[in-house]
Amino acid sequence: MFAYYLDLAIRSLKRNPALTTLMVIAIGFGVAASMITYSVFRAVSGNPIPDKSSQLFTPQIDSWGPQQNLEGEPPEALNYVDAMALMRAHAAKRQTLLYPVGLPVLPGGNGSLPVKGNGYAVYGDFFPMFEVPFRYGSGWDIGQDNARAAVVVLSEEFNRRQFGGANSLGREIEIGGHDYRIVGVTRHWNPLPRFFSLFGENGFDEPADFYIPFTRAVDLQIRTNGNNSCRGKVNDISGWDNYLHSNCVWIDPWVELVNAGDVARYRGFLEGYASDQQRAGRFGWAPNVRLRDVTQWLEYRKVVPPESRISLLVSLGFLAICLVNTIGLLLAKFLRRAGEIGVRRALGASRREIYMQFLMEAAVVGLTGGLLGLLLTAAGVSGVGLLFKPQIARLAHVDLSLVALTLAVAVLATVLAAFYPTWRAAQVQPAWHLKTN
Amino acid sequence: MQIQPIIAALRRHRAGTVLIALQIALTLAIVCNALFIIHQRLAHLSEPTGVDEANLFVVDSQWADQSSDHQIDSQIQSDLAALRQLPSVRDAAPSNSYPLRGGGWDDFITMTPEQVEKTTDASVYISDEHLIDTLGVTLIAGRNFRPDEIVPMGENDSKPPPVAIVSKALADKLYPDGSALGKTFYTMSTTPMTIVGIVERLQRQEVDTWSRDYAYQDMLWPRRLDNQGGTYYIVRAKPGRLAAAMRDARKALLAQNRMRIIDPEDGVLSFAQIRHRAYDSDRGMAILMGIICAVLLVITGAGIVGLTSFWVGERRKQIGIRRALGATRHDILGYFLTENFLISSAGMALGVLLALAINLWMILHVDMARLPLAYLAGGAVLLLLLGQGAALAPALRASRVSPVVATRTV
Repeated sequence: MFAYYLDLAIRSLKRNPALTTLMVIAIGFGVAASMITYSVFRAVSGNPIPDKSSQLFTPQIDSWGPQQNLEGEPPEALNYVDAMALMRAHAAKRQTLLYPVGLPVLPGGNGSLPVKGNGYAVYGDFFPMFEVPFRYGSGWDIGQDNARAAVVVLSEEFNRRQFGGANSLGREIEIGGHDYRIVGVTRHWNPLPRFFSLFGENGFDEPADFYIPFTRAVDLQIRTNGNNSCRGKVNDISGWDNYLHSNCVWIDPWVELVNAGDVARYRGFLEGYASDQQRAGRFGWAPNVRLRDVTQWLEYRKVVPPESRISLLVSLGFLAICLVNTIGLLLAKFLRRAGEIGVRRALGASRREIYMQFLMEAAVVGLTGGLLGLLLTAAGVSGVGLLFKPQIARLAHVDLSLVALTLAVAVLATVLAAFYPTWRAAQVQPAWHLKTN
Repeated sequence: MQIQPIIAALRRHRAGTVLIALQIALTLAIVCNALFIIHQRLAHLSEPTGVDEANLFVVDSQWADQSSDHQIDSQIQSDLAALRQLPSVRDAAPSNSYPLRGGGWDDFITMTPEQVEKTTDASVYISDEHLIDTLGVTLIAGRNFRPDEIVPMGENDSKPPPVAIVSKALADKLYPDGSALGKTFYTMSTTPMTIVGIVERLQRQEVDTWSRDYAYQDMLWPRRLDNQGGTYYIVRAKPGRLAAAMRDARKALLAQNRMRIIDPEDGVLSFAQIRHRAYDSDRGMAILMGIICAVLLVITGAGIVGLTSFWVGERRKQIGIRRALGATRHDILGYFLTENFLISSAGMALGVLLALAINLWMILHVDMARLPLAYLAGGAVLLLLLGQGAALAPALRASRVSPVVATRTV
C-alpha cells in the first residue's frame, strides 16, 4: 500500500502545481532559515570540554567592594595578589593561572623575519587540566614553574609555520626578545568557545601559537594582551611592582575539583580567604566570592552572541508561520477532494487508510520542501559570512548531522501540520459527497 | 454592508478563519520586531565618528625587539617625521587607539578626588599636537596642545597629564552649564586635569552596548606613549591619494626600522575597512531580518491568496444564488473584501499582543529597547494592505461568477 499511496500523493501534487510549489517553497525557506541560524548557534553554544566541564572551576573574589564592583558581582578576573595567594594555598588537586600575551616571535634567531605571535602565560598544570593533546614532548612541571624556566610549548599550526612541522623539541626560539627552549608541540587544539580566557577575548579566535610559564612572564614584566580592569586611583600607580600590588584584575584562574566534596571545601576556602582579608583590613566588606564551572561560566559571561540567539528565534518563528501557512493550504487541498474521499470510503476504505494516504502526501511535500531547504541551507551557510562576524561565520558548517536534521525537521513539521487537515478529510461523510455528484 | 451575515458565514468555516487570522498575527509580530531591529542596527552603524573617514588610515606597528623607553620614543619621533614628509600624506599622529577599534583605554571620571562612584566614563586617546588635524575633528573652544606639552609616557608610568582636550559630549556631561573650558576633573588619580580645549565630536574606541551611556565621551592626553608592544599611527592622506599613502606609509616605516611587524593583512587599514569590521554583526542582523521580512510577507500573501481562492471555489453556488437574486458584481467583491478585512482585524489584534510579548522577551533576554507604537501601527497597516491585496484576485474571480450557476445542480 505504501507504493500506492506514494503514487496517489505524487499524482495529486502534480494536479495543482501552483499550490504544491507554494507549499514546497514555504517549507524550504522556513527550514533553511532555521537550519542556517541553528548551525551558527550550535557552533557557539556547545560545551567545549564535555568530559571535564563539571570538574573545572573558576573562582572569583570581590577585591573592589560593593561601591565599585559589577552591581554586586565580583570582578571577572583576579588581581595578582589574590591570584598568587590562591596558588600558594594549593587548595585544589590541580590549578593554574593564565593570561593572554601578544609577542613578536623570531623563530630562527637573528636574520629571520619577525612574526606576530599570540599565546598564553600558564602554569604547568594547564596541560593535564584541559587535556591538551601533544604531538611531541609534553608540558612542564611545578618545578619549572617555580624555577621560572624559559620553556615554551608550541601549537601544531605554529610549529608547521616556523619549522615545517618537524620535531622541534630542544630548539631555541626567541619570543618577545627572550629565548625559550621548546619542550612540547601540541596537536591541533582549539576548544570552542575558548572558555578559559574570556576576559578581553570573545572566545572564538584563532588557536594560540605558544604557551609560556606564567612565572617567567611576570618576571619579564609582560603585560596582558587581554583586558586589564582597575578601580580607584590607578593612574597614580607607577612601575611594575606597584601594578602587581594594585587592585587591577587581569588574571584568569582555573582549578580542577573532582567531586562535590572538593567543590564544597574549595568554596569554604575561598570564603575563608576573603574573610581573612577582611579581618586584615585589606577588604572593607564581607566575603563576596563565586565558584563557577565551565557551563555556568559560559552562561554568566554570555558567550553566545545575542545576534545568534535572536536570529535563531526569528527563524523558528518564520518556520512556525510557514507551517501555519501549510496547514491552511493542505486544508484547502484536501477538502477540495471531498468527492474522491467519499468514493474511497464508500468502497470500504477505513478512516485509518484515509489518514495514511494524506499523511503520506504531506510527507512527500515535506521531503521535497526539505530537499529545497537543504540546497538553500548549503548556499546560506557558505554565505553566512555576510551575516555574522568572520570568526563566528567560520564555525558554521554543513555536516551529516545537519543534513539529517534538515530533512527530519522538514518532514516531521509538515506531517505535524497535516494532522488537522487530514482529520478533517477523514471526517468526510461518504453519503453527502456521493449525492451531489 | 451587512456585517452579521458575513460573521455568520465565517462561523461555518472556523478552521480557515483561524488559520488566516493566526498567520496574520504571527507575521505582524515578527515583521514589527524585525523592522525595529533593522532600524536600530542601521541607526547604530550610521553613527558618525566625527573624523575625516574618507582620507584616514591606521598603521598597526608592533616592535619586534626589546628596546628601552627612550629608544622607542626616538623611533616613534623618526617614524612620524618620515610619515609627515611623504608627498601623499597630509598629517600623521601616534596613538594608543582609534575610533571604532573595538576596545581600548577608558577611565572613570570623578569631579573630586574623594568621590568613589564615577560621574561618567571616557575613552582615552594619547597623542601629540597633530592628532586634531590628523583626525579632522573641529576644535570649538580653547586651544590645541603645544609641542612642549608633549612628553614621553612609558608603559609602567600611567601618570596622567595635567591638561587635556575633551569632546563636547564629555564637557557637557561634566559641566552642563557649558562652562567646562578651564575647569578640572579627576581621572582615577589624585591629580586634577584641566580642560584646555574642546573638540566638537569624536567617537569612542568601542561602540558596544555597555558604553552606550557614555557615547562620544573622550579625552585627548598630550603624551607620546612608548609601549613595548607597539603603537598605532593614524595617518591622514591628501584628498584622492589614500591608496598611494597607504603603500608609501608601510614602505617608509619599514625603511625607518626593519625590526617591526606590520601585518600584511590588517597592519594598514583604511577607515572604510575599520568601519566595515566594527559593524559586522549589525549589518548582518539587518540583512538577515530584511530577507526574512520580505520572504515572510510574500509567503503570507501567497497563503492568503491560496486559502481565499479555495473558499471562493467552495461557495460558487452561494455566490450564484446571490447574483441571481440581484446582487451586483460590486456587492460580491465588497463582501469578500469585507470578510478578509474582518479576519485581518482579528489577526492584527492578536498580532499586536504577540509583537509586544516578543519584544518584552527580547528586552529581558537580549538587551533590546521597547518597541515604539509607530512600528505596531505601521506593521498593522502594511499587513492590512497585504491581506486586502491578496484577497483581491480571488474576490474578483468570485464577482465574475455568473447567476446561471444558481440554476445548475452541479
